[in-house]
Amino acid sequence: MKILVCLSNVPDTTTKIKLSGDQSALDMAGVQWVINPWDELALTRALDLKEKSEGKIDTITVITVGESLTEPTIRKALAVGADDAVRINLNPTDDYEVASNIAAWVKNNPYDIILSGIESSDFNGSAVGGMLAEFLKIPSVSSVSFLDMEGDKPLMKREIPGGTETIRVPMPFVAIVQKGIALDPRIPAMRGIMMARKKELTVVEPTGEGAKSTYIGFAMPKAKAKVKMIDAENAGQLITLLHEEAKVI
Amino acid sequence: MNFQFTEEQLMIQQAARDYAQRELIKDVLERDEKALYPTEHVKNLAELGFLGMLVSEKWDGGGMDTVSYVLAMEEISKVDASVSVIMSVNNSLVCYGLEKFGNDAQREKYLRPLARGEKIGAFLLSEPEAGSDATKQRTTAVDMGDYYLLNGTKNWITNGNTASTYLVIAHTHPEKGHRGINVFIVERHSEGITVGPHENKMGMRSSDTHSVMFNDVKVPKENRIGEDGFGFKFAMKTLEGGRIGIASQALGIASGALELATKYAKERKAFGTEIINHQAIAFKLADMAVKVENARNLCLKAAWLKDQGQAYGTASAMAKMYAADIAMEVTTEAVQIHGGYGYVKEYHVERLMREAKLTQIYEGTSEVQKIIISRSLME
Repeated sequence: MKILVCLSNVPDTTTKIKLSGDQSALDMAGVQWVINPWDELALTRALDLKEKSEGKIDTITVITVGESLTEPTIRKALAVGADDAVRINLNPTDDYEVASNIAAWVKNNPYDIILSGIESSDFNGSAVGGMLAEFLKIPSVSSVSFLDMEGDKPLMKREIPGGTETIRVPMPFVAIVQKGIALDPRIPAMRGIMMARKKELTVVEPTGEGAKSTYIGFAMPKAKAKVKMIDAENAGQLITLLHEEAKVI
Repeated sequence: MNFQFTEEQLMIQQAARDYAQRELIKDVLERDEKALYPTEHVKNLAELGFLGMLVSEKWDGGGMDTVSYVLAMEEISKVDASVSVIMSVNNSLVCYGLEKFGNDAQREKYLRPLARGEKIGAFLLSEPEAGSDATKQRTTAVDMGDYYLLNGTKNWITNGNTASTYLVIAHTHPEKGHRGINVFIVERHSEGITVGPHENKMGMRSSDTHSVMFNDVKVPKENRIGEDGFGFKFAMKTLEGGRIGIASQALGIASGALELATKYAKERKAFGTEIINHQAIAFKLADMAVKVENARNLCLKAAWLKDQGQAYGTASAMAKMYAADIAMEVTTEAVQIHGGYGYVKEYHVERLMREAKLTQIYEGTSEVQKIIISRSLME
């Protein structure tokens, strides 16, 4: 059995967002790149499943659509235990382009289970997993917070308002996972870091479709207004300010 | 010149940072307060490979370079120097000494489990009356034919109680001065060994420091490392590398304090603005940042020289002396920037200040480093 985990390369979650001069793009200078946190949880669960599968799960492959700057995060995935990796050499514009290109790879290289994070922490499109399943004409389950194998059959749970759904689908399928699927992401051990260097990272040129959207511009949210502290004893001053300055009363 | 770290070095730095910021931080205050040994963390760090990261893969180590070691030591020490000293002693004194100077039988039996972190090592040099003047060893090992008979007392031994493998420095021929010194591998549970009580220290309270007494302890002949009389040279050579570990520890204590002080200065307000906007605080932080960066560069230079197979004894003495001294200065200023909050335990900086002090004392005081540096100028 083979598992494919889709990885998005995203700026570290503490990155301060800056825009380019003309506001048409994000300024990526000096950004620290990490594995998208939801994808990292998906990978963690895949590794857990492989370890307890008694050999039934042979390989975990990670796939990224990105240029060479994404390779350090791919290597980290290999260091924590993924067996091999694929990088589709393309700086993608939208979810469609990402999903289409992963689908093109999977059509020639089938997997039994495909995992994707519920969204990426940079553009938060939440669309790749669903689109990928459509391109491949296979089932997808979204918001999966539990995935296990009962023998050869996968079992999933997803949170719904007021309860939990338990779902079974035939393989192959796409599970779009969210928080809860695994606890903490793994920290790579020295041995894993050394082995990552020797594991296969296949780079292929894009064969899927191009983007369907164009980004016109970005705008930063308005800066929050400054807070005025008023002494608790000066209720009168508060009323005056609300009336004359904020004009809400 | 190339200041760019490799992908692997950055990954190791991140792994150490993740472990420190995610796990060590959880119970560091409690372990400091109650002087509790970090049993679980030592086990986890062993599984991640940090305890034998410098040992070659051939002997079950991580096979990492010294630059990676500096990066990892800095990250662990930012949060918990008690844990990083366990890592430092095991890696750069005990494992290094065994790998570099032991024979294959000794490496097979003792180095492998130490490199895997299944066992912990200790380095026994200091005595009640022989600290900086290491030639004045009173511990003796008398050649009895098949074995040596070991007698004496060792002081301030990091990992003194938890270690399974001791490297003990002792006089075999006191009349020969430092040429009569040897080093022996001694198993912790050998008959005749008494471990003294846990030292109640000012800082690094979570590491176990003990005195160790030897009373007619039989040490097999094959447990002597190197030729007869090699012990003093062994100690000096091993400490050269050990200094890089402690220098990086001091660097981590300083950079941890700088990070905390900077964060605090951006949040705390006084006179209507965040205190980082006051020049009195901003300039303190600027001075601290320059000191930390200088210490980092000295540590990395010494590590790089060692990785290149070049002489690094003076460089590691400079790194150790400077990093330890600025760790004291930077942590003191970090407490000052925190004001009253800095003086209470929850804010961590007072602990970092207590930890910094030890880096000026152990594995060669700052004064001993100056002897080494000045002698290199006399050559």
